Amino acid sequence: MSDVSKTDTDAGPAGGESSEGAARKFLSVRDLRIHFDTDDGLVKSVDGVSFDLEAGKTLGIVGESGSGKSVTSLGIMGLHSSERARISGEIWLDGEELIGAGPERVRQLRGQKMSMIFQDPLSALHPYYSIGAQIVEAYRVHNKVDKKTAKTRAVEMLDRVGIPEPARRYNDYPHQFSGGMRQRAMIAMSLVNNPELLIADEPTTALDVTVQAQILDLIRDLQKEFRSAVVIITHDLGVVAEIADDLLVMYAGRCIERGSSEKVFYQPQHPYTWGLLGSMPRIDREQTDRLVPVKGTPPSLINVPSGCAFHPRCPYADVPKDNLTRTERPDLREITDGHFSACHMSRAEREKIWTEEIAPKL
Amino acid sequence: MNSRKTASAIAVTLALALGATACGSGGGKDKGGNGGGSAKADAGLSSIVNASTKKGGTVTYEHSSGPDSLDPGNTYYGWVQNFSRLYGRSLVTFKPAAGKEGLTVVPDLATSLGKGSPDAKTWTYELRKGVKFQDGTEITSADVKYAIERSNFAPEALSNGPTYFKSYLEGGEKYKGPYKDKSPEGLKSIETPDKYTITFKLNKPFADMDYLAAFSQTAPVPQKADKGAEYVQNIVSSGPYKFDSYSESRGATLSRNPEWDPATDPIRKALPDKIELKFNVTASTIDEHLLSDAITADIGGTGLQSKTQPKVLVKAAEKAKTDNPYAGALQYLAMNVKVKPFDNIECRKAVQYAVDKAGVVDAIGGAVKGEPASTMIPPSVAGYKKFDLYPTPGNKGDAAKAKEALTACGQPKGFKTSLTARSDRPDEVLAATQIQQSLKAIGITADIKQFPADKYFTDFAGSPKWVHDNNAGLMMMAWGADWPTGYGFLDQIVNGSAIKPSGGTNLMELNDPKINKALTDGIGTLDTAARGEKWAEVDKLVLENASAVPLFYRKNLLYRPDSATNVTVAESYLGMYDYVLMSSSK
Amino acid sequence: MAAYIIRRVFAAVLLLLVVSAVTFAIFFLVPRLGGQTTDSLAAQYVGKGADPAAIAAIKANLGLEDPLYLQYWHFIKAIVVGAEYNFGPNPSVCNAPCFGYSFKTHVEVWPEIVQRIPVTFSLAIGAAVIWVISGVAIGVLSALKRGSIFDRLTMGVALAGVSLPMFFTGLVSLALFSFHWTIWENLEFVPFSENPGQWAWNLILPWCTLAFLYSALYARLTRAGMLETMGEDYIRTARAKGLKERKVVVKHGLRAALTPLVTIFGMDFALLLGGAVITERVFSFQGMGAYAIQGVTKSDLPIVMGVTLVAAFFIVFCNLLVDLVYAAIDPRVRLS
Repeated sequence: MSDVSKTDTDAGPAGGESSEGAARKFLSVRDLRIHFDTDDGLVKSVDGVSFDLEAGKTLGIVGESGSGKSVTSLGIMGLHSSERARISGEIWLDGEELIGAGPERVRQLRGQKMSMIFQDPLSALHPYYSIGAQIVEAYRVHNKVDKKTAKTRAVEMLDRVGIPEPARRYNDYPHQFSGGMRQRAMIAMSLVNNPELLIADEPTTALDVTVQAQILDLIRDLQKEFRSAVVIITHDLGVVAEIADDLLVMYAGRCIERGSSEKVFYQPQHPYTWGLLGSMPRIDREQTDRLVPVKGTPPSLINVPSGCAFHPRCPYADVPKDNLTRTERPDLREITDGHFSACHMSRAEREKIWTEEIAPKL
Repeated sequence: MNSRKTASAIAVTLALALGATACGSGGGKDKGGNGGGSAKADAGLSSIVNASTKKGGTVTYEHSSGPDSLDPGNTYYGWVQNFSRLYGRSLVTFKPAAGKEGLTVVPDLATSLGKGSPDAKTWTYELRKGVKFQDGTEITSADVKYAIERSNFAPEALSNGPTYFKSYLEGGEKYKGPYKDKSPEGLKSIETPDKYTITFKLNKPFADMDYLAAFSQTAPVPQKADKGAEYVQNIVSSGPYKFDSYSESRGATLSRNPEWDPATDPIRKALPDKIELKFNVTASTIDEHLLSDAITADIGGTGLQSKTQPKVLVKAAEKAKTDNPYAGALQYLAMNVKVKPFDNIECRKAVQYAVDKAGVVDAIGGAVKGEPASTMIPPSVAGYKKFDLYPTPGNKGDAAKAKEALTACGQPKGFKTSLTARSDRPDEVLAATQIQQSLKAIGITADIKQFPADKYFTDFAGSPKWVHDNNAGLMMMAWGADWPTGYGFLDQIVNGSAIKPSGGTNLMELNDPKINKALTDGIGTLDTAARGEKWAEVDKLVLENASAVPLFYRKNLLYRPDSATNVTVAESYLGMYDYVLMSSSK
Repeated sequence: MAAYIIRRVFAAVLLLLVVSAVTFAIFFLVPRLGGQTTDSLAAQYVGKGADPAAIAAIKANLGLEDPLYLQYWHFIKAIVVGAEYNFGPNPSVCNAPCFGYSFKTHVEVWPEIVQRIPVTFSLAIGAAVIWVISGVAIGVLSALKRGSIFDRLTMGVALAGVSLPMFFTGLVSLALFSFHWTIWENLEFVPFSENPGQWAWNLILPWCTLAFLYSALYARLTRAGMLETMGEDYIRTARAKGLKERKVVVKHGLRAALTPLVTIFGMDFALLLGGAVITERVFSFQGMGAYAIQGVTKSDLPIVMGVTLVAAFFIVFCNLLVDLVYAAIDPRVRLS
């Protein structure tokens, strides 16, 4: 991250729940709720999430699986089935509201103005079509060009994402590519139309560690080059720590902490974020205490625990008085400028625990 | 569960609806038919129904499988014998006429019936002059001689037909047939002194010669056109119709043969313009086609399927269109006189009395399928004389008399034996089961053993060694005559010479000098009436021997569609319709 | 690829040889072990008379006295190079592939099969077109509208289609459309070359009854395949590209969902080419299946052998074809 962008970040994020200025931001999500009707009941996958993102900036959304981060990103892309998902709230993209817009309009934006990179490139790429053909297809959906032009463009993109001998590999099929190459191809495909918003859903999870770094570098470089806004979704704080300007931590379909990545990383306010930090792999740490996951299991999204949804797993659930954690849901409150957290504990209590108990172990 | 019930309910409803409408529409058509409404049931037994002299139309036949061969020289099937007269003229043939008249033999290619020498060993026929093949060449006696040589003496190529000429002609056992023996004179015992004369020299007296000459085997075949087994695909016609197409699978189409001259042919009217024959049509479909008047006849001539019969018999208007003739065949129970205790005539008599013939007829489907029999020769065969040596009340069997005979046999408590039947003949199995019950009542336990029909004679009932080894005292058997005289009917089943190591048809192993002699005497008698008397005598001798229980004379239920004209039953051809006469208003 | 094809063809030929040997053993060796003599075998091919001279002639002509391995060798040799028989005044040449002559009618088996192939092929191809199109269309629509009335209705009918035996639907349709309403009064096969219109018209009923069974099966398979495929990640990718839903379904979903169907189709189709036995029987069509029945019911061994081998050939050939097609449509198979 360059210094310039860091300065931008500091100036950037606006206040929480107000929709004021939503249209001004490049991407602004307001009180997004995505619920699914199932036989077992209503699944509240995303339950009131708001955030903003400016052009050229990177937002990391972090959380365990089932926290609603992927559902949020698919919601932005308009990829939920209208029959099964109930979506409410607002999604503003470059001054255009998407939830109220017709599906055809969203489709036109998809792949062009906003595009997405998926977690497992092997399953996300169609096994029966060559890499080149799939990129060409993505390009020609939104550009009326002949196949030759599209092919030139595809080869150019493959070259750009670092595929050696792109003209030859153009005809290869996904299974002939290595994992990292597939993800590069995936990235080439999503960037072929110069999207202004790129959502990367766990872009490195299926890859081994060295390749992970390369892919993240690639995304960062491309972002600079194309000046896209990027949303990176991950369960691994380490992935986004360096690359994201802002971080948003999700738990049980809600945002529980949000702020500049520096703040969230170095002064985390929520016990869940502490847990995530603790489970983060670090090179300077001993093998044995690596990857200590947050204790307990993610909550049911049908019967979300009362009060703070995290309380059954929170070691500090009893710190606030009057059983508050179990009866009342904590609001997202601004702690410092642009740094929000939803926890009943007082700031002093949190800082004490952080400095005395958590930070030394990390 | 539920959906299955629904499905079967739908099926039943559908079947009922179809049945009802089929009957309804049949009745409606009746009024518009070509006089069909006036005919009564069984009218075809004694008269020509829907008589017509109108030329033209197409006669359509169907068959559930196919022929053994349409080659007149390579067939044993009755319906082919009957049908082949449309494209092959034998020396003589059965008169195309109604009732008993149809059993008389009349000259066809010959000018008169055979002239026999007093010893009945030399027979001469004179051919009509100017009769031509379809290619325009005149038919000569050499063509008839060649036809007989190929049909009887070349089993390596043409194995389907009977070989009576081979057994009766002098030197027949030595002659190798025209395909192997290429000498110009061929078989010496058939003489052709000139183009129109043919003389047969037999190795023993044989007064039924005209019946042999009526076989399709005497229909002329031009030697240059004969390709052996492949001749069937290019049969050269000598009759009023010629083949337009032939396929073993699909059937044949025949049209008029322009070279046929009605002036040379007093017996054929040749009314239809076209004759179509279809093979391999499902039996139930044939019945539907008959009832809906889509075809003229089921050429096999064995009548409607059992499941179709009730549909026709319950409606008076439909029943009026049926004929129920004798099929010229007898179903009987053979007792092997070499298997104990049937070597004792009293034990055989016990069975004669025990069997409930009426019950057997009921079991196979009642009066339309057969009539309880008391003689070996069926009523539609020359030489039939009615008698009953083992009468029982209502043909239901007489247990008291049967037990009496058992006691006389020294088996008062009964015994155990085996009863064989052909597994793929459902009627035969039903009859066997009925007999098993009758025998049980008098203490005889008969164990039914079933075998496939195509191996019944070669490997089982027709092989004396197997019969003896397996104690097969009782055997189900059915027989139809190769020609409709007592000799034609009896010779192969009661003559001692018909006992063979394999493939024999004398299942009783009857080798009674009296019977053998009576057969020989009879066949040497030139006088037709006297010959008929002889056959009745043989019939009686067989039943006195008590080794065969006549069960029933087989009957068929034939159906006359409205469009079928000139319909009459040919007793000479196992009770099927006469195909020389048959024409169509369509 | 060429090596792959050559290897597969070689294996196919070998397989056919094995099938022929097994078939031969079943029909010629097993009955002999069961006590059948060459006399009784030959006697089946002579008329009612069973004249010993005729039996001897048949035995000599058919080579029934030769050791079995020699008979098998002659059988295979005739298929490859043809044979000569004495069934008439002059020796007749039976050209390769010679499957011999019918024991009963002395008609050559191979030309008879050739004559019947158009019937069976007409039946199979027409029915296949109908069932593939209707089955796949219904399956796709049901999958896309899962749980709708259309879905429930078609899947209900499909269940019936799968469960109802061919001879039931065949006879019912025959009873309704041929005997009752007489729309097709005299249903018979008309060769395509003779009258294409009549050919198609007369085949409609058999096609539809045959296709009904398979459509039902294919609708269910397609539906299941589509449901699975439409949940795949690459479908989401296709949507994320901004592709129109139609294109997502057809180009991405259907393409993948239908691939496994190719194998099943290959087998189903191959089996039908060997003779749609019941359909041919019900509609009295003279195809390979009807010929097989004829051979079996009359114990006409050369026919049975011929039909079995030709049917086996179709199955092996279609399998080979399926493998090649599969390699063409699934790049993952092609290169491994």
